[in-house]
Amino acid sequence: MGTGRLYAAVAVGNFRRYATYRAATAAGVFTNTVFGLILVYTYLALWDERPQLGGYDQAQAVTYVWLGQALLSTLAIGGGGFETELMERIRTGDVAIDLYRPADLQLWWLASDVGRAFFQLLGRGVVPFAFGALAFDVALPSDPVTWAACLVAVLLGMVVSFGIRYLLALSAFWLLDGTGATQMAWLLGFFCSGMLLPLNVFPGMLGEVVRALPWSSLLQAPADVLLGRADPVGTYLFQGAWAVALLAAGRLVQSAATRRVVVQGG
Amino acid sequence: MGETVRAARAGRVAEGLRVYGLIVVMWIKSTMAYRASFVMTTAGNFAATALDFVAILLMFSRVDALGGWTLPEIAFLYGLSGIAFGLADLAIGSMERLGRRVRDGTLDTLLVRPAPVLAQVAADRFALRRLGRVVQGALVLGFALAHLDIDWTPLKVLLMPVMLLSGAAIFSAVFIGGAAFQFVAQDASEVQNAFTYGGTTLLQYPPTVFGKELVRGVTFVLPLAFVNWLPASHILERPYPLDLPDWVAFTPPLVAVACCALAGLAWRAGLMSYRSTGS
Repeated sequence: MGTGRLYAAVAVGNFRRYATYRAATAAGVFTNTVFGLILVYTYLALWDERPQLGGYDQAQAVTYVWLGQALLSTLAIGGGGFETELMERIRTGDVAIDLYRPADLQLWWLASDVGRAFFQLLGRGVVPFAFGALAFDVALPSDPVTWAACLVAVLLGMVVSFGIRYLLALSAFWLLDGTGATQMAWLLGFFCSGMLLPLNVFPGMLGEVVRALPWSSLLQAPADVLLGRADPVGTYLFQGAWAVALLAAGRLVQSAATRRVVVQGG
Repeated sequence: MGETVRAARAGRVAEGLRVYGLIVVMWIKSTMAYRASFVMTTAGNFAATALDFVAILLMFSRVDALGGWTLPEIAFLYGLSGIAFGLADLAIGSMERLGRRVRDGTLDTLLVRPAPVLAQVAADRFALRRLGRVVQGALVLGFALAHLDIDWTPLKVLLMPVMLLSGAAIFSAVFIGGAAFQFVAQDASEVQNAFTYGGTTLLQYPPTVFGKELVRGVTFVLPLAFVNWLPASHILERPYPLDLPDWVAFTPPLVAVACCALAGLAWRAGLMSYRSTGS
């Protein structure tokens, strides 16, 4: 089997695995929709007070909310992808078995996480987004090119998100217990991705800093492409640079970590 | 006859509370075996819940009012909702694990023990770190009280503890109702989050922010408005949502009792419908 086909099979397998949890998916859709609803009303109140806040009009702000609900679990903005599983395998020492497999550890998990992300996009993302678009005044692009451009930004966001969480998971080689690290990742993910509030609403310096961090690739970047507020090529370069940097860092940490694996080989 | 039934019921409640207390003490002891870990997870819990107040602060860095309410007024709502929800979450937040227990069959272990199941499930993995949420809510409430110019009357002072406890009871009823639903739904525990975490998020903002239909829903269907919106409107002398009469601000205890009774019935129905996985 060619290597490309191997990783494709891993991705498809994980897509199917997530697809079996139907009740959980329906529950997630419901919850994302309820939270979207609450957020939309608070955003509307905010934009009532300050029209054109952060350069968005009301319809754009509402669109931003629903895109956030669609991407929350797709891009695992607060965590909740492969990383808990990998952390558990590191803690128990099972990761030693993975290292003997004739597949690359990082690519293997990337493929599996991409499979998960695609399922979450279709299973949990589309319905809240469609609900939001039907129930509220939204600003959706009419040309398919912008939609496609946004989809590319989402794909790059998947890789950046994976890169962040791969480093997080590898921290288990040193920390063993991932509770603290997972919680930090959750906090950073929500705050720095724009899930809490669009990053262009953040005041002054703080706004500039959060926009330069990798998390802005997760929600702010695809949103600005969809809303026609950012040049797609520049956005891709930004996301791509972070993706490459994070994946390379993951490789480095991985090789440092695997030298320790003997110790944990329960 | 009626007397003995009542006595038996009272005995069962007392037994439930005793069992709950025992399990809680056991979990606290086990938590305290790893003190550093307890301190860190409590701080983490504090930080995680503080995040939505940070969002409100960020909003107020750009505006002076939201839905016509000022920052201290919204902090007042936030603190009340945070403490009420935090107390409920601390007391019985573990109930959201029920779906997993139904799925993997470990609920059976609790059923064969000679103690009320509800007490066992509620105390299961009691997490003292959830105090972080209560503390965070209390700090925000303190900030609000320091910045608000409230015209205190004895009635208003009395209303404060009453609304906090009633609010905690209303949220507890939501937790129990959600757990009862999981007997049927099994792996749909996230639905519960929409009402628990979603409910407390909703109450952090003034009712004027939301659509009339939504406000009606959380007043008459799922009576979350009684946790803080209505009593807080009385204390702050704000117009009531939906133009309700003045006296409704004092009804939270009644609403709480009614909610708990309904949740109890739902719980019993759920438990009756439980069929073990047999594994």
